[in-house]
Amino acid sequence: MEPSHEHSHAVDHEAAHHVNSHVKGYLLVGGLLAFCTLLTVLLSYVNFGTQKANIVVAMLLATFKAGCVALIFMHLKSEKWTIYRVLLITVFFAIGLFALTGLAFSDPIRLNF
Amino acid sequence: MEIPHTVTARPDTGLYNAKIGIWLFLASEVMLFGGLFSAYVFLRVGALPGYWPHGLLNVPVGTFNTLVLIGSSVTVVLAWASLKMRKFGQYKLWMGITILCGALFLIVKLTYEWPAKFHHFGAFIKQDALAKYEPYLGNNYLAAKGLPPRVEITGDIAPGSENDTNSKVYVFEKVDAIYADPTNPEMDRPSFMPRPMVEKRVEVAKADVEYASMFYPRHSSYFSVYFLITGLHGLHVLGGLIVFTYFWLPVGANLYKKNPEHLANRIEVVGLFWHFVDLVWIFVFPLFYLL
Repeated sequence: MEPSHEHSHAVDHEAAHHVNSHVKGYLLVGGLLAFCTLLTVLLSYVNFGTQKANIVVAMLLATFKAGCVALIFMHLKSEKWTIYRVLLITVFFAIGLFALTGLAFSDPIRLNF
Repeated sequence: MEIPHTVTARPDTGLYNAKIGIWLFLASEVMLFGGLFSAYVFLRVGALPGYWPHGLLNVPVGTFNTLVLIGSSVTVVLAWASLKMRKFGQYKLWMGITILCGALFLIVKLTYEWPAKFHHFGAFIKQDALAKYEPYLGNNYLAAKGLPPRVEITGDIAPGSENDTNSKVYVFEKVDAIYADPTNPEMDRPSFMPRPMVEKRVEVAKADVEYASMFYPRHSSYFSVYFLITGLHGLHVLGGLIVFTYFWLPVGANLYKKNPEHLANRIEVVGLFWHFVDLVWIFVFPLFYLL
């Protein structure tokens, strides 16, 4: 059953306080993401020896940023198990997708020609 | 009849229904963009030396757009938090800023970044004719340094001349700086600030050209996958903006008066979508602009 509208209109002080305590964190994460963006740009002009090394550095930073967005902004830090289950299946298939792409490079037809 | 569990959690999942719905949708989006990114990897790794361009996109503009999108992710979460704290005025403000940021991102992309590419021309030189264009390509210099060769000359061509069937040459009126000074060590790597084009008349015989085109998707694997991914991403930004604007208009105020928690949940759901769009861009930016 849905609650009455009058009931849900009232401020849930505990929930409001909980959200309010997170606002500063959201701003800090936003600042961290902006900093990491500038750092990514800066590091892309540093020669790490090989192009591959530069790609690894940039992807590590991008993964860290994506993790911040997912955990903090998308609240995956403390979410219900149902959502984690959906995401675990997704991660499994996404890894499979990239693994198949990797497999294409060991295609014997490609190697022979 | 009222739709159940728009506000309260379902006992079995512990979540209101829309939240399950959006996460299932985002799971499908991961696979959609995953497929496109794996295509990027496949094309890039399979590209012959010199055929995957570097430094063609405007890095300061891309950085600016990335910061704008990150800013909008912060403001949308603040808009949601304002609703949870029942501060409707603050919600309107943060949501308004989010809409402006999203619109700014699209305006920059559609009125500056993409059109600039559509006016740029590139001619891939045939392998056996590369030596003829050595003064513009500097491949002997690159080979001595162990760097990949240059196989294309890019710049500005007189409008319409690329389709002039009577002419046997492509005439560049301006070329990218790299082809005016190809053995300058500064040109070995892309620069942060775009180098201005150099007024230099360069004639490239059509018989020496393997393929030539404006920087359209058909130009190369790079631009094909660039326009596809950034175009699809742009459509997602547009979709998010439409929903944000809908809830920023009186519809949102009416729903708030009726049931503020319902509006907060709707903003949380569209906010999750928006964060995902931001998350995709976090990977698009370095892969296309920087690496």
